[in-house]
Formats: sequence, structure tokens, C-alpha cells
Amino acid sequence: MTWGAVLALAGGTYALRLAGLVLRGRLRLPPAVERLVDLGATALLVALVATAALLDGMAFAGWARPIGVAVGALAAWRRAPFVVVVLLAAGTAAGLRALGVP
Amino acid sequence: MPEVRSLLRALDPADVRDALALATAIVVVGASFGALAAAAGVPPLLTVALSLLVFAGGAQFLVVAVIAAGGGVAAAVTAGLLLNLRHLPFGLAVGDTVGRGWAAKLVGAHLLVDESVAFSRARPDGPRARAAYWFCGLLLFTVWNIGTVAGMAAGSAVPDPDAFGVDAAFPAGLLALLMPALRRPDARRVGLAAAVLALLATPVLPPGLPVLVGLLGLLVAGRPSTEPAERSR
Repeated sequence: MTWGAVLALAGGTYALRLAGLVLRGRLRLPPAVERLVDLGATALLVALVATAALLDGMAFAGWARPIGVAVGALAAWRRAPFVVVVLLAAGTAAGLRALGVP
Repeated sequence: MPEVRSLLRALDPADVRDALALATAIVVVGASFGALAAAAGVPPLLTVALSLLVFAGGAQFLVVAVIAAGGGVAAAVTAGLLLNLRHLPFGLAVGDTVGRGWAAKLVGAHLLVDESVAFSRARPDGPRARAAYWFCGLLLFTVWNIGTVAGMAAGSAVPDPDAFGVDAAFPAGLLALLMPALRRPDARRVGLAAAVLALLATPVLPPGLPVLVGLLGLLVAGRPSTEPAERSR
């Protein structure tokens, strides 16, 4: 690791973050496009959830994690409080691992 | 920022509690990052700089892994930036929430992470969403950096976060934050397509791109849902 790497990554990441915010302020988006921007953020977040729930890098993450996420998802769907969802997901995955489930 | 006091007034106690739950998980992951970077031989000052200046967990783990595996600096930076490309569309989506002034944008940009985006989008638009974004972002930035330093200090004494199920807590927490949006049929359609496409793309594309491929889920956006559901987000 070098300072060059850290600063390049930091600068690039900051530029990406700022670009979206500034563009949003500059553009007058018609409602239909605004809806797509909003749905696009949902699409990205759901894609993040799906890959993070099931995969570790490019390989299957094992059963404990997706089962934990599924239990949390069910609780969220039933409108359980956020803290309960997070604790249920973590507790389920941790419990399964303690039992030897990968 | 310009109206710190009005932001604090708009902050909902329930949002504070939820952000603290997220922060607990983030501090554990931050500690594991600090410990891992130390084990990989990253100089302490650079590890601290990564967490302070990059503040993107996935990219930080990735660059350390690429360099530890003998990849070059350029390859590591490229991989990290690819992973962070999603921040641009996220910025487009939350631009109005973060604030309109330059000061708000310049500072708020650094606090833009998956969690602060999802967290603010889960609140009704307006002051409450803005307060949620800033509180969540500032809190996570603080605990991420505290966690990093603690992890560097504790080194191999840091337990594997997976033992606590932290790896399951994050996707489940994000999903819980998405739930209000996903009660809209068009969002559910798009989300399902995005998930399938991202999973299919993972074996063939470098990290970061599969999630962006999820944007193709917009192809099934169709017409706006007319049923009011509850709140759209």
C-alpha cells in the first residue's frame, strides 16, 4: 500500500460521490426520469443485498448467512422493528455457525 | 452545516435508535478491517488514512486484499473505484435529501455510503430524511474510524465478525430499510430483476460491476404503480 494508492482511491471515490449530488442539483429531471433514478437506487441496493446475502466474493457464502438474512427479511416483511430484524439475522447466522453449519 | 439546529430538531428518536444498531455492526466490521490491514502489513498511518479518506468498507477490504495478493497498486485502485461506481447513481437519487447548498454537498458527499443512502430513503422525504442522512452518515463515519483504530491495536485478538453473524446483519438491515419502497409493485419487479441479474453476473464480472448490472432491472420498470400502497419510500 502506498500514499498514492490511498489518495487515488480517496479522490476517485469522493469525485464519484460528489458528481451524483451535484448532477442532481443541476439537472431538471422530468417526473418519469426522476422515477427511474429512484427505482435505480432501489435496484442497486437490492442487488447489493442479494449478492451480499448469498455470495462471498464469487463463491456461495454457505448456508448460515442466507438463512440468517431470510429470517431477518421475513421479520422485516412482517414489519418488525429495524433493531429486531438486524438482531434476528445476526443471531440466526451466529447460532447456525455455533451448531456447525458453514 | 448551515442548519445544524433544525437538523437536530428533525431527527426522530426512532431513527437515532436504528442508526445506533447499524453503528454497532459497523464498529465490528471496522475493527476487523483494522486487524486485517495490520496483518497484511499495511502501515498504520495508511490504514487510518484509508478509513478516514475513502470511508467505503467494501473498497477498503478489496484494495488491501488485492495488494496482499501481490496485485499492483494500479490494479487495486481500479478495483476499488469499480466497486465504488455505484455511489454516483446513489448521489443522483439522494441529491435533494443531502442538501442544496455547496457546503452541504461538499461535506455530505463524503458521508454517502450504502447505509446512509438506504437509511434516508426509508424515511419520508423532507427534513426527517435529511436529518436521518446526516446523523447516520456522521455516526457511521465516526464509529468506522474508531473501529479501524481499535482493530489495529487489538490485531489478531479481534474476533471474526462472522462469529456474531454480522455478515447476515448487513444485508438483512439493508433489506429492512428497502421494505417500504418494495411494497410498491414496480419497485418489487425492478428489485427482483436486479437481484437475479447481479447474481448471474457475479461469476463473470469483476467486483462492483454485477451490482451495476442490476440497473438493467429498470427494463421491467413499466408504468408507474398507481396503487398508493403506503408511502413510496
